Order: sequence, then structure tokens, then C-alpha cells
Amino acid sequence: MTPMEAAAAVRKTALNAVHRQMGAKMVDFNGWDMPVEYPAAIGCGIINEHMAVRTGVGIFDVSHMGDIRLAGPQALAAVQHISMNDAARLAVGQAQYSALLYPQATFVDDVIVHRLGEDEYLLVINAGTREKDFAWVRDNTRQFDCAVENLSDDFTQIAIQGPKGVDVLQKLTDANLSAVKFYWVTRGSVCGLNNILIARTGYTAEDGFEIYVPSDETIGARVWNEILSAGKEFGIVPCGLGARNTLRLEGKLPLYGHEISDTINVWEAGLDRFCKMEKPEFIGRAALEKGKAEGVKRTLVGLEMTERGIARDSYKVLNVAGREIGYVTSGSPSPFLKKNIALAYVPPEFAPVGTAVKVEIRGQGVGAQVVPTPFYKRPKKSS
Amino acid sequence: MAYPSDRKYTKQHEWIQTSGTTATVGITDHAQEELGDIVFVELPKVGAEVTAGKTFGSVESVKAVSDLYAPASGSVTEVNGDLATSPENVNKDPHGSWMMKIRLQNPGELDALLSSADYEKFVAEEGGH
Repeated sequence: MTPMEAAAAVRKTALNAVHRQMGAKMVDFNGWDMPVEYPAAIGCGIINEHMAVRTGVGIFDVSHMGDIRLAGPQALAAVQHISMNDAARLAVGQAQYSALLYPQATFVDDVIVHRLGEDEYLLVINAGTREKDFAWVRDNTRQFDCAVENLSDDFTQIAIQGPKGVDVLQKLTDANLSAVKFYWVTRGSVCGLNNILIARTGYTAEDGFEIYVPSDETIGARVWNEILSAGKEFGIVPCGLGARNTLRLEGKLPLYGHEISDTINVWEAGLDRFCKMEKPEFIGRAALEKGKAEGVKRTLVGLEMTERGIARDSYKVLNVAGREIGYVTSGSPSPFLKKNIALAYVPPEFAPVGTAVKVEIRGQGVGAQVVPTPFYKRPKKSS
Repeated sequence: MAYPSDRKYTKQHEWIQTSGTTATVGITDHAQEELGDIVFVELPKVGAEVTAGKTFGSVESVKAVSDLYAPASGSVTEVNGDLATSPENVNKDPHGSWMMKIRLQNPGELDALLSSADYEKFVAEEGGH
């Protein structure tokens, strides 16, 4: 590819200029020019950004995420048909983690399903699978009386994450955020913009909010900067995809293309509790039933390195004798736990906590053991 | 950050500063910035032989692992033990946080390396940011 073609192919969020002004290190993430981390000179870097979210607050531009709206008399039936969780359990204003499955019970994508109205649902999907997901949803809901709209380019989506996120956002909105429980949504004014969707969701294993403001460079920059100003007293920092990845890894939140993909099924990924087999019908259900009876050949486990070394994505997992038994899906130093952690697929006989294995790091088998997951669980609020 | 003119540089982003027949080796400010938060530095043992252009160790940040390439050949006389417990020093002071000292086998090898001005130009052209 010539540089000209590369430049034309890369996509930018409405906040792209803001990230560059702040000196963010930019990377190509699934075709999107996104900040991976902000400079040390402004108190950032992956570790500082990560710790800010765990102990205070950080903000992320997640506008690259996609959004699909389903609305109409049969919207619920359509959502039920294409997703594995039970959307009938959602009250208006409630959200749930779910997934779109292929008939063979592997993943089209994982999604958050928000019930915005009586007959209105919003699916928030991954950046790298936007087009595929929309086509899948549209093509598989044609039999329902329900409009399917791709709103992916309509929003600047900003995540305000961390225990102090609620305090920061409350300064900027008339919505009563203390009344919004985790995985619920509301609408309110934000930074003077009316009727903004505010969801208490995130991808950091921490409390936090995601707001959906109209996609516009001027509006986006103003909201971003107002959040940073409002968060100053709480030590807010802008956070990039680097911290987003380490935060979600500590919380064992799956990443498409790593823990879940079109070749991995729900049972292997251990996402059983988001898959409601009591639902009589949904795409992938028959294969899931068959798969459950057959059992899995591999399962997702958490590893902690017991010897010096950092497991990285796609490294081989070996048994103690050095035979290849599986692979790492995501691996990194954990900034909060200060250990080297990884998620990996291994045969079920290696899944019990405490099992000793090795990870092949640059040709060497390095000691690791299976540990309980998630690696990090946020403390329950005392009040 | 300016690149000190009292040393030479490689295109793999190491610096080397000579003092007689020994030399001190580290990585550049550009390298530490590209890597981000450094969490682990793997260095050779004292007495090991290193070869110009070949790896002598590795440096790991939160998001990546990167090889270290010897700017010149020689035997290792000292390694910076502080980096085992404080690898982040490389981020804070890349041109002061040296990694190893070597006894040069052939000081002439350094003639092929970049001056600070040439390295700065190289980084500007390579990085584009």
C-alpha cells in the first residue's frame, strides 16, 4: 500500500484532532486512527492512565464503537432472535451484555443491548466488526416488523470511567446519576446539550458512564474539554486504548479476535451466564445445545506468570513437560496487580486453579499457573 | 529532548558512549517514548560477548517487547543492576540510564554509527511525528 492509500483508508473519530493536540501516541486500531496513550508530560502513559481509572477517573474516546438501533412492534422478537441473552428481561432503561452468534454458536460479536423504549433497542458493537455486524443484524431480522438503522457514525461516544466518574459527570448533567444503577441508562442534558443518552456501562471492570453526544468536531472537543476541566479536582486523565486493554484484561472482559471470535464458541469462552438456553429460539442455540452435550475441548483460563516473563497475545501454552497445549489470547503486565497475567485457551484438564503450565516466551518455557478470574474485581460500595 | 553529542547512535535506537577502550550503551529518548512504560529490562551477564548489530538483551513495556542491539562488539564488563528493580528509570532518564558497559573489540566499528545530529534527522524522517 502506498502512503496515500493508507491515509485514505484510515478512519478518524470527531475527537481525532483533540488527541493529536494533546500529544497522544496514535495507532491504527482496526482501521481507526486512535490514541494508544497520552504523553508522560501530562501525567499519562498506560500505567498512570490505568491507575487513574482504578483509583480516580479517566476518560476515553470510544467513538469507534458502532451502534445499531432496532425499533418497531417486533423489535424485541428481532433482538431475541439474533442475541444469546434474554432481552425480554430488560426494563425500559436497562442494558445487558450479550452476543450475536453464528449458527455454529461461534461469535459474530459481543454487544451491549440497551432497551431505550418500549419497542426500541440499541446494540453497541465493536469497531472492527461494525460493517459485518450491521449486515448480519439487518439480514437476519428481515422477517420482523422492525426498522434496523446503523447509527455508528452518529455519535461521539465518551467513556468516563472510575470510582470518581459519577462525581465528574454529575457536575455536567441535570440527570440524577445516583438513581442510575450499573447497566442502566438515562437521558439528560450534558454540557448544555439536551436529551443525551447516558449509560452506566464501560469496559474497564470499574464503575463508570458512557455518553453519546452528536458526532461533531466542535461539540466533541467542547464536551471532552469540559469533562477534563470538571474532573481536574479528581485527578482525571485522558486514557488511550493501551489502558483500555489492560483494564479490561484485569476484569476478564473479552476482546473480539482474542477471547472470542468466529472460531470460538460460547462454552469455550465461559460466557454461559450471558447465554439463556431457556430462550426457545435464537441463532446458534441448536449448536450450543449439541456443544453442551459434547463438552468442550478447550476452555478459557487466567494465568499468572510464576517466573520472570511476560506472556503476550498468541504465545504458546505448554504443559510442564514442554508439550504445546494451548495459546495465550491476551497477555500483559497488570498495572494494578503488579503481576504478569494472561488469558489462554487450554484443554479442560489444565483448567483447575493452581495447575502449573508454561508459556513459551521467545523460545523458552516460562513458568505460569492457573489462577481464579477475573484477576481484578472492583470493591463493592459500602454506602 | 536533545540527543547528547558526546556519543553515537544506531538506527535501532541505541546510544553508545566511549571512554578509552570501554563504552557505555543505552537506548534513546525516542526508543523509550515509542515503547511507553518500561516494566522489564533483560541484560546479558558480565563476561558475555556481544556482537555489533546482534541482540544483547530485550526491553519490555506494558504493550510490547523489543530487542536490544549491540552498537559495537566486545565483552560485557558491567550491567546496570538498578534496572532490575527500577526499569522505569529508562523512561525517566534514557540518556543517563545506561544498560551495559563493554570492552570494545574494535573501536573502529563506531565510525559507522550516527552522530547526534544525524540520528535526530533519522528519527524525524522515520517517525514522521
